[in-house]
Amino acid sequence: MQIIKTENLTKKFNGFTAVDNLNLEVQEGEIFGLLGPNGAGKTTSIMMLTTLLKPSSGTAKVNNFDIVNQPDAVRKSIGVVFQDPSSDDTLTGYENLKLHGLLYGMPADLREQRIKEVLKLVDLTDRRNDLVKKYSGGMRRRLELARGLMHHPKVLFLDEPTLGLDPQSRTTIWAYVQELAKKEKISIILTTHYMDEADQLCNRLAIIDHGKISALDSPSNLKKVIGGDVVLVKVENPNLDEIKKLDFVKKTQVHDGYVTLTVANASENLARILQTIGKVESVDVHLPTLNDVFLHYTGKEIREGSAEGGWGERVMSFRSRKN
Amino acid sequence: MYQMSQTKNEIVGIYAVWYREFKVFLREKSRIVSSVINPILWLFIFGAGLGSSINISGLNYQAFIFPGILAQVVLFSSVFYGVYIVWDRKIDFLKEVLVAPISRTSIFIGKVLGGATDAMIQIIILLIFGWIFGLVGLIPGLHITLFTGIGALFVLFFTTVSLTSVGLILGSQMESPEGFQLISSFLLFPIFFLSGALFPLNNLPVWLGSLTKLDPMTYTVDAARHIILGTSQYGLGLDLIVIIAFMLVMIWLGTYAFEKMKL
Ligand SMILES: Nc1ncnc2c1ncn2[C@@H]1O[C@H](COP(=O)(O)OP(=O)(O)O)[C@@H](O)[C@H]1O
Ligand SMILES: [Mg+2]
Repeated sequence: MQIIKTENLTKKFNGFTAVDNLNLEVQEGEIFGLLGPNGAGKTTSIMMLTTLLKPSSGTAKVNNFDIVNQPDAVRKSIGVVFQDPSSDDTLTGYENLKLHGLLYGMPADLREQRIKEVLKLVDLTDRRNDLVKKYSGGMRRRLELARGLMHHPKVLFLDEPTLGLDPQSRTTIWAYVQELAKKEKISIILTTHYMDEADQLCNRLAIIDHGKISALDSPSNLKKVIGGDVVLVKVENPNLDEIKKLDFVKKTQVHDGYVTLTVANASENLARILQTIGKVESVDVHLPTLNDVFLHYTGKEIREGSAEGGWGERVMSFRSRKN
Repeated sequence: MYQMSQTKNEIVGIYAVWYREFKVFLREKSRIVSSVINPILWLFIFGAGLGSSINISGLNYQAFIFPGILAQVVLFSSVFYGVYIVWDRKIDFLKEVLVAPISRTSIFIGKVLGGATDAMIQIIILLIFGWIFGLVGLIPGLHITLFTGIGALFVLFFTTVSLTSVGLILGSQMESPEGFQLISSFLLFPIFFLSGALFPLNNLPVWLGSLTKLDPMTYTVDAARHIILGTSQYGLGLDLIVIIAFMLVMIWLGTYAFEKMKL
C-alpha cells in the first residue's frame, strides 16, 4: 500500500519554482529518501507534505488523506523532525516530550509509558531531567527523533536528520533510525544531502535537483545505472577525443578540473587510460557511489559540506529567549 | 488515534501551550525579579522626586501613581511577551506546535493565557508590596484591601488579555526580535504616557485631553484608580465597557492573525 502519493506537487515563491511537479509514491513500511543538494527543494516538499505550507498547485495524499483538503487528518497521522532544532532548550528533555504528548492529546498513562519507551530507544533516560540547553547537538537530535515518533505516527518525516552533526553522532542517529524502523513499523521519509546517509538508510530514494526528480530507485539499482567502475582523474587539458575512442570507456564527463570516466574492468584498463588522457595529477578508482549517480543525472556533484550552516550554527545563535 | 473528542483535544492543547510558557517563565527568575524591582524603583524614585512638590486631589503622589504603575507593568510585560513567538520562529519550535493536531485558535488562546499568567503573577506581587507600603506608612493614603486587590486584578486581567493579543499579533507578523523591539517601544511609550498613569486627566489642554481619550490604557488606569483609591475620571461603568470591548476586538484580531501566520 502507498502511504504517500504526490500528484504534480508544486511550490512557487514569487515566480521562483522551488518544487516542480513532484510525482512520487512511498510504500508503507519503507524508508524513502530525498537526496539532493542545498536548495533542491527538499525542505519545501516536507513542509507541504506536513501541511505547514500550501502547494501552489498539485496535491498529495498522506495516509490516504489529502494534504490540502484534510490537513487535520494528515497532521494526526504524522510525526516530524524538522531541519532546525525544534525543542525548547529552557525545558528539560522530559518536559519537551510531555509537552508533545499533551499537544497530541495522549492520555496521561499512555503518555508517561511512551515517554519512558522512546527515551530508552534513544538512550536519553539518564539525561531526561537535564535542560536541553545542556545537551550536545547529537543528543538534542535524538530527543527530537524520540519526540517525533512518540505519538505513534503512521509516517515519520526526518528533514536532514544528521545535518551539522559530527561523524560519530551521525552513525549513532543512523543506528537509531534503523532500529525504530524495525521496532515501530512506521514508514519513514527522510531528506539528506549526504550520499552515505542515503545509501545506508534508504530502501529507495529519489534524486532531486532544482525541485525535480531526476532518478528514483533503490540505491543499488541506481548505482547499477552507471554500468562499470568509476575512474576519477584530475588532469589539465584532457585528451578527450582519444579517450572516447577506447571501447572500454563507456562514459566521459568533465567537471571543474576533473574527468569522470565510467570504465568496464578498470583494474585491467587503467594503464591505457592514464597513458592516453594526458598529464595526470591524481587518480581515484572506485565502485559507483551515489555521488557518481548524482553526477550522472545532473552533471554536477553534491557538495558534502553544508553551505547552509544549518543546525549547529542555529543552535549557537539561539541562546535563551531573554533579549 | 486516541479516543478523545476534538473539544477535549483542543482544551488539552491550550493547556499544553500554557504549560510550556509557564515553565519557561518560572525558569527565568531574573526576569521575574527585575519585573518587580523596576516598578518599585519607578514608584519611589520618580514618585518621590515629583511627589515632594505635588499633591493630587488630596492624595499623596506615590499613592496616585500606584494604579498607573500596575497598568505600566501590564502594558510592557504583555506586549513584550509577543517577542517570544518571534524567537520560536527563529528556530523550528513554532513548527513543532503548528504541526500538532490542534487548531491555531487554541494555540493563540494558550499563548494569551501564558502571557496573562506572567503579568498576573507580577501584579499580585506588586499588590502585596503596595499593601505593605501602605500598612507601614511608606506610601501614605494607599490602603489596599483583599477586596480592592482582587477587583484590580480582574480589571488588569482583561487588559493583559488585550495587550498580550497585541504583542502576539505583532510577533506573529515579525521576522526579527530587533524589529519587534523597535516597533513595540515606539508604540508603548506614547500609550503609557498618554494613559494618565502619571498625571490626572482633568485640567489638560484640549489636544492632550483628546489624545488621552483615544488611548485604551486610559480606561484601565482609570478603573484601577477607581477600585484602589476611590477616585476616577470616567466612572467604572464606562471604563469596563471600553476595556472589555477592546479585549474582544483584540482577541478576534489575534485569532485572525494566527490563522494567517506564516512560518
Ligand atoms: N519562504 C521562502 N521564500 C522564498 N524562497 C524560498 C522560501 N523557502 C525556500 N525558498 C527557496 O526554495 C529553494 C528550495 O529550498 P529548500 O526547500 O529549503 O531546499 P533544501 O531543503 O533542499 O535545501 C531554495 O532556493 C530556497 O532559497
Ligand atoms: Mg532543507
